[in-house]
Amino acid sequence: MVDGLLDWFRLIGARTINAVWRIGSGTRFLFLILLYSGLSFRRFGLTIRKIFFSGVLSVIIIVVSGLFVGMVLALQGYETLQVYGSEEKLGVLVALSLLRELGPVVSALLFASRAGSAITAEIGLMKATEQLSAMDIMAVNPIGRVVAPHFWGGVISMPILATIFSAMGIFGAYLIGVVLIGVDVGAFWSQMQDAVDFRYDIVNSLIKSLVFGIAVTAIATFEGFDAAPTAEGVSGATARTVVTSSLLILALDLMLTGFMMRGWN
Amino acid sequence: MERRVVDLWVGLFVVAGIVALMMLALKVGNFGAYSAKDVYVVTAHFDNIGGLKEQAPVRSSGVVVGRVTGIRFDTKKFDAEVTMTMDGRFQFPGDTTAAILTSGILGENYVGLEAGGGSDNLKQGDEIKLTQSAVVLEKIISQFLYSKAQEAPDKAKE
Repeated sequence: MVDGLLDWFRLIGARTINAVWRIGSGTRFLFLILLYSGLSFRRFGLTIRKIFFSGVLSVIIIVVSGLFVGMVLALQGYETLQVYGSEEKLGVLVALSLLRELGPVVSALLFASRAGSAITAEIGLMKATEQLSAMDIMAVNPIGRVVAPHFWGGVISMPILATIFSAMGIFGAYLIGVVLIGVDVGAFWSQMQDAVDFRYDIVNSLIKSLVFGIAVTAIATFEGFDAAPTAEGVSGATARTVVTSSLLILALDLMLTGFMMRGWN
Repeated sequence: MERRVVDLWVGLFVVAGIVALMMLALKVGNFGAYSAKDVYVVTAHFDNIGGLKEQAPVRSSGVVVGRVTGIRFDTKKFDAEVTMTMDGRFQFPGDTTAAILTSGILGENYVGLEAGGGSDNLKQGDEIKLTQSAVVLEKIISQFLYSKAQEAPDKAKE
């Protein structure tokens, strides 16, 4: 009984120490990426390939999800707004929810599952097949050659994807709200323009998605680089990438929103 | 995949991002609608600003002519000092009246300007002297109830 309890405490301690250790080594890894990122800009072709890998290949899922999220928002928003007879505020509702929250957050979650997992799997498999060690032996720094281009490719792609997501969402809301339901088209756009501020809504949306991009790609590359060089290790690392980056996106979103909102302070 | 094809797709991707951003900025946001460089700042004191917030529009005849850029409590006069950044294209006479109004019943508060007849225009740093506070619903209701209560004994005498 006592032994069981002690084991339980030992387990909690080990888990905690392990988590703190991983945070530390992850942060150190992020600094190493920044330190060795010279090559990703001197040979920008490397980074462009990774932008293709994580950005261009994610466009389809981002466009389709953005369209559907915008459509659903328009339907749901109309349902509630028409109770108060203010259907023409539909544009405002959709644009602000997309720009402030859903655009950056949902596209970052999609990015984590589409591109983050792929980055982890690729780097993890390169480690498992000893390609990274081979590079090291050939005096090529694997962090500078493989990891940093992945990192910068993801960081550059993320704000572009989030912007496309928001734009597609607003277009979807236009399709449902104006074309299908028949909200006045002039009121839809003009009320939206009146309420959406360039600095406080659009720029903040870009800042959010940039932060999420850094978080997701840093976690994805770290998990890949840190993976145990076995099939099981790579699959575990891929799963951890999606879980950790999704949780971190939501936590960061709360913090960033707290900084950015002006209504309550 | 061939290098040129990758470059082409990445180029298209970046262009799509820029197009989306332009759409958000011009079609969705108010960028360009109010980005005048030629601005002047005026202040006004109000007894009560109601729910006025920073970035609220300053309107005259319903047209946005500026934005509220600062609200602070004046510790000498014990009232609210509102700083407004005005678009330089719109000049107002010195005896302009500023009032805090509400758009619609549940809408946001904004500052409404009513031009006066003076010959000198408002300049950078001027203060709008004639102001009208926000209408506080509770005060109106209490005044209404008060006047009703005064009416009641008169009726009883008749």
